[in-house]
Amino acid sequence: MACDAGMTISPTATRTRGRRARRDWVLIVCAAFIALLVIVAVFAPWIVPHDPNKVDMAKAYQGPSGSYLLGTDSLGRDLLSRLVYGARLSLAGPALVVVFATIIGTTLALLTAWMGGWTDRVISRVLDIIFAFPGIILAVLAVALFGSGLAAPVVALSIAYLPYDARILRSVAMRERTLTYISACYVAGLPTRTIVLRHLLPNLLPFILVQCTLSLGYALVDLAAVSYLGLGVAPPAAEWGLMVANGQASILTGHPQESLFAGILIVLTVIAFNMLGDRLATRFSVRAQ
Amino acid sequence: MSSSSVQDGHAIEVEKLTKVFGRRRRGGGLTAVDDISFTVDPGGALAIVGESGSGKTTTARMIIGLERPTSGRISVGGREQTHGRMGSRERRRLASEVQMVFQDPYSSLDPRQRVRDCIDEILRLHFDLDREARVARIAELMTQVGLDERHASVRPRSLSGGEQQRVAIARALASKPRVLILDEAVASLDVSVQAQVLNLLADIREQTGITYLFISHDLAVVRQVSDEVVVMKCGAIVERGPTDRVLDQPEDPYTRALLSAAPRPGWKPTRKGTP
Amino acid sequence: MLEIRDLHVELCVGEEMKPVIHETTLSVDQGEALGLVGESGAGKSMTIRAIMRLLPAGATVAGQILYEGADVLGFDRKAMRSFLASKVAMIFQDASTHINPVRTVGDFLIEALVTNNGVPKAEARRRVTGVLEEIGIPDAAHRLEQYPHQLSGGLQQRMMIAAALVIEPRLLLADEPTTALDVTTQAEVMAILDEQRRQRGLGMIFVTHDLDLAAAVCDRIAVMYAGFVVEDRSAANLHEEARHPYTAGLLASRPSPTEKAHRLCVVPGRPLSAFEVGEGCPFASRCAHVEDRCRIERPLLRELDGGWVRCHRADELRGQLLCSYNGSAHE
Repeated sequence: MACDAGMTISPTATRTRGRRARRDWVLIVCAAFIALLVIVAVFAPWIVPHDPNKVDMAKAYQGPSGSYLLGTDSLGRDLLSRLVYGARLSLAGPALVVVFATIIGTTLALLTAWMGGWTDRVISRVLDIIFAFPGIILAVLAVALFGSGLAAPVVALSIAYLPYDARILRSVAMRERTLTYISACYVAGLPTRTIVLRHLLPNLLPFILVQCTLSLGYALVDLAAVSYLGLGVAPPAAEWGLMVANGQASILTGHPQESLFAGILIVLTVIAFNMLGDRLATRFSVRAQ
Repeated sequence: MSSSSVQDGHAIEVEKLTKVFGRRRRGGGLTAVDDISFTVDPGGALAIVGESGSGKTTTARMIIGLERPTSGRISVGGREQTHGRMGSRERRRLASEVQMVFQDPYSSLDPRQRVRDCIDEILRLHFDLDREARVARIAELMTQVGLDERHASVRPRSLSGGEQQRVAIARALASKPRVLILDEAVASLDVSVQAQVLNLLADIREQTGITYLFISHDLAVVRQVSDEVVVMKCGAIVERGPTDRVLDQPEDPYTRALLSAAPRPGWKPTRKGTP
Repeated sequence: MLEIRDLHVELCVGEEMKPVIHETTLSVDQGEALGLVGESGAGKSMTIRAIMRLLPAGATVAGQILYEGADVLGFDRKAMRSFLASKVAMIFQDASTHINPVRTVGDFLIEALVTNNGVPKAEARRRVTGVLEEIGIPDAAHRLEQYPHQLSGGLQQRMMIAAALVIEPRLLLADEPTTALDVTTQAEVMAILDEQRRQRGLGMIFVTHDLDLAAAVCDRIAVMYAGFVVEDRSAANLHEEARHPYTAGLLASRPSPTEKAHRLCVVPGRPLSAFEVGEGCPFASRCAHVEDRCRIERPLLRELDGGWVRCHRADELRGQLLCSYNGSAHE
């Protein structure tokens, strides 16, 4: 064998060039967009150029201008200000839904994964029943029973989303539970509560985060739909779904701005949540390898 | 081998232990462990040898409390274990008698916990020590397994397989058990690292007089680490005795088959008559 | 027959390119079995995957892999297909992940022949049955109708071997084929593999971490460490005449089923991966015989006493190597 110090690089051998893994720009952009929305929503009162509820019929249906950056709606209210204020309600609702669904869902998941047996069977069947109802049906039902506004749909959607979170987290928790370090904790004599809360749960956080992010997207659509149907917040509140509904009639008269901008915002936000959740899921599964 | 006085009794005593998986009512069910009995003297080292399906791991899991026996008696440190589900208090008591080191070092450590916190948690559970005393004890344990402060401040993924297994050993020793069960504890390690860990285990046993129960399929490791050996096949014990005698002059045909299949200098694989 | 020259492979990990093989130079003649032995991170699996160009996407490969004079790395699709279909066959470690669980074993065995080699189905079936019988699987016709999960681990692995043999390759690549098996099954499977290989006069590269297993079935053994081949010697001589400190260290640190050592000889530290190696000799950080020169200057693979060694001091250290590692248990 000839063993010279130099390497012979055959021209075709390096055809497969190494790629440097790129920064995940999609994840960064989505996360930045959502962060921006949250900041805008929080600081809405200080950053809006106009009072979102100020009616001025003389200025109705104006196109974008220096003073009204996105134009005005049918009542002369500044669209930009309304969209900014709308972010508050449009994001708060889904946030509440996700918080409730996640807390209860995680608790149920841990319970069923750890205890197994009858506990698992009973809870799983109950969740299956809830599964059968689409979120929006439950939301409409809740409004019919308890009146419109944000409260009833939020509670209804929280219940509707429970099974999704609980099911996914249950299977993740069950798998994680079979890992040796949980047995090691058990063997070390640690009390069950400590094992579940301080060892199992923290290792499930990545999955919980992904689930939250995806659920936020779905909840946004569902709540916007509820408001669009007139069952959520009442006018003159600014909320994206409601604005889509309000602006419908204006489309036919040649002024689509209200519905269009509100609709675009909903779509962009949902896409941002979905892509963020998807990218996070990929990252966590890669890291787990 | 047995160095303690007779009144201490056996470190481990297993009598007519049986484990059947699956419902017996239906008549089916897999008998993983079939009516086995053995004892280990304090300070001794017993190896349970067998291939997959022999029941050796199930036996170890029953002794440590991860499985409940179907029937039979297990005594560790003179105290008999109950058959039903163990409560927290009983688990804690058992944890201070017997501990386990698992086969895969990485998955046996909580990936989110720093090494120091992992051991600290055990110390806080079993002993009433103030913070300084715990810090000192952690340092002592780390030194005992051949690691230092650098290793204590990191998470498991920053450590090599051998280092992770040392951490697992330190954690197991933290509750000052009298018996350590090693379930294929060196099987996943590289050859050069395996030698280090085997030496470490021998050192620890010499220093502390701890009792070992070694589960392994590897006869060379068994020879190196144990004084007595029990050979299991399909849930039953087929041969037992001092390691030297059993491995030099095996009486049971299965033991002979295991020996003749073990790679060593000058060995060549041969086919059995029937596949 | 097969010659690997100065193979250098880098993989894309995260955002960087990391080397997994630095300099591998090997050769296998027709009918010869080469054992490729090393610990984790040595690069032995990567080497044989490189032969079949089974590296992960984004890998950079430099060097030459010459099969009967032609560079495999330069093969076009057609040449590569022909190479994989009839010249070389690989036996993987874990049979269950390499056999399609939803098709019968028969499909698995016959398919490659029919699709890649254009053999008519009936003829393929005949050949497969023949190979199974030679391997000692009775009732071959019945086995062909079974699904993988119905077979034991040992039987699945024998099916992998059958699949490799049935295409009548010239070279076998075995990547730790018995590591997941029980020791008695391992002995049986290795005996079959050895017998079949000798009968058919095939070349083989056998990757394993077990030196004794390699010595039992191979004519020569190449020891890899951190992406380098550090020693290449006839298997019969390796135990007595290892010339590289790492090989000697490995040999000395194994426990034996026939004898108990008070304490095992230990190589301090842990096996390095290829990307962790700096300048100089890859083994310098763990070697008991290290000198200043070793840390700065990378030794080349050179001929010594009928084999090859990558060590500056190999001549001087002759005869002194075995069990000079009387170390403590600590790293």
